Amino acid sequence: MQDFLQHFINGVSLGSIYALIALGYTMVYGILQLINFAHSDVYMIGAFSAYYGAMLLGFQNRPGIAALVILLFFAMAGCALLGFTIERLAYRPLRKAPKLNILITAIGVSLLLQYSGQVIFGADPKVFPSVLQDSVITEFLGVQLKVLDVAVLLVTFVMMLALHYLIYHTKVGRAMRAVSTNMNVASMLGVNSDRIISFTFALGSALAGVGSVLVGMKYPKIEPLMGMMIGLKAFVAAVLGGIGNIPGAVLGGLLMGLSEEMVVGYLSSTYRDALAFGILILILIFRPAGLLGRGGVEKV
Amino acid sequence: MKPILEVNQLNVYYGSIHAIKGISFHVNQGEVVSLIGANGAGKTSTLRAISGLVDSKGEISLSGQSLQTVKIYDRVKLGLAQSPEGRGVFPNLSVLENLQMGAYFRSDKSEITKDLEKCYVLFPRLKERRSQLAGTLSGGEQQMLAISRAMMARPKLLLLDEPSLGLAPMVVMQIFEIVKKLNSEGVTILLVEQNARMALKVSNRAYVLETGKIVMEGKGQDLLNDDSVRQAYLGV
Ligand SMILES: Nc1ncnc2c1ncn2[C@@H]1O[C@H](COP(=O)(O)OP(=O)(O)OP(=O)(O)O)[C@@H](O)[C@H]1O
Ligand SMILES: [Mg+2]
Repeated sequence: MQDFLQHFINGVSLGSIYALIALGYTMVYGILQLINFAHSDVYMIGAFSAYYGAMLLGFQNRPGIAALVILLFFAMAGCALLGFTIERLAYRPLRKAPKLNILITAIGVSLLLQYSGQVIFGADPKVFPSVLQDSVITEFLGVQLKVLDVAVLLVTFVMMLALHYLIYHTKVGRAMRAVSTNMNVASMLGVNSDRIISFTFALGSALAGVGSVLVGMKYPKIEPLMGMMIGLKAFVAAVLGGIGNIPGAVLGGLLMGLSEEMVVGYLSSTYRDALAFGILILILIFRPAGLLGRGGVEKV
Repeated sequence: MKPILEVNQLNVYYGSIHAIKGISFHVNQGEVVSLIGANGAGKTSTLRAISGLVDSKGEISLSGQSLQTVKIYDRVKLGLAQSPEGRGVFPNLSVLENLQMGAYFRSDKSEITKDLEKCYVLFPRLKERRSQLAGTLSGGEQQMLAISRAMMARPKLLLLDEPSLGLAPMVVMQIFEIVKKLNSEGVTILLVEQNARMALKVSNRAYVLETGKIVMEGKGQDLLNDDSVRQAYLGV
């Protein structure tokens, strides 16, 4: 029981990070029906933005709330700027091109970021600045509640609350939902859909930036290919929840994190990464629209 | 009378398909003008050209200003609003949110609230359903929502694409009553319809479109009594 609770806490903590990254895939898909393969590399750039930002301000080794805020700021700003730029330079010129062309471009952008990362940052791992000092807050029934896990949960929770407010209670959020259901009608009503798309890319990318800081905080080792596996898992989480569906991405992320922790805890950590592929194959066979996705029929 | 909308030598191509073949027409201030024609005549294409959803050749001007270089999302600011073919409500937005989208470009909050109240007076049903998702409305209610949403832009010219399509006779009557009412309040309307009888009854003038060409034009009443129109479009 006590084991289970511990795995549960770890799983939710890991899952909320997957959820943050999955949101970026799902929001972009929701608006453009594009799987943005570069999203996982935007995540990587988030970690490096935070790394260099901390260096700039001398925060490499001054854990605390200030460090957390500063790192989040640099990661989010770096990612938002990059997401915006990628959309502008790579995807926008292809707005009317066949889906396949855009997909291939996305893969190209992803590779470009990975290899530029290796050239610019070097292929060797770097040590992420220490964000918060970890310690056990309380221990009940033999289950440990640690600072880092609580911080991950709090930060994710605040981000999701903010995102929910933005999407469901502001004018720009309304426009995002309108553009994602019917771009033509939205434009006729006066929405500059290109601007909304840029905003969506920046927003989704910023959330990946948050994820990169939270991961860096727990596993402080960053390198240019660090986005690949976690990006894949977040993508599977988005598909599991129903790609294009925002609550689905959160649900999918949590389920992915939980099942991964359970597999590691009760089977073997060898299966950690295989699990994601297993889940992907199962959804594609049994429920291709995902848990919260609708019917799978594309709207016309 | 001065024209609000002037269309001159309009051409629309879809690849090699020449859908609109050099048509010219105008809508005067305060009029209801209808564009009638069979399936595929090019009615929707004409409206899409006016709102900028398809590229077109020729002149389109609104209150004397040429629209060809104006972006789609800027046209509504010049006073052009549309209830599109198939209604185009946002199914996953609430009724209220759909109406708010109609006023997207406006920032006069208190005036928007007033216009919202006006919509609710015109369509009490929408008020009852304001927090319901638009996708759960009936076809007639969705059509009312689409018209109201367009009205939230306070347009000078309202484009209506087959507002009666797929609706029960009672609801069709209601929709045309609304068209008359909006017009009597000063809204100029360009109406596209296959229901020629109803459309001609509420129109000051009308144009008959056949495979991308205007083949006839005249007063609504005159066309209603015209033999060839009666045969081709009124089924008598
Ligand atoms: N996107 C498109 N691609 C190719 N051809 C098109 C496209 N849209 C319309 N057309 C063609 O253009 C012509 C005019 O179509 P349009 O939709 O304007 O007709 P309509 O008068 O509105 O018909 P309906 O009453 O059925 O709505 C048709 O022959 C149609 O097949
Ligand atoms: Mg049509």
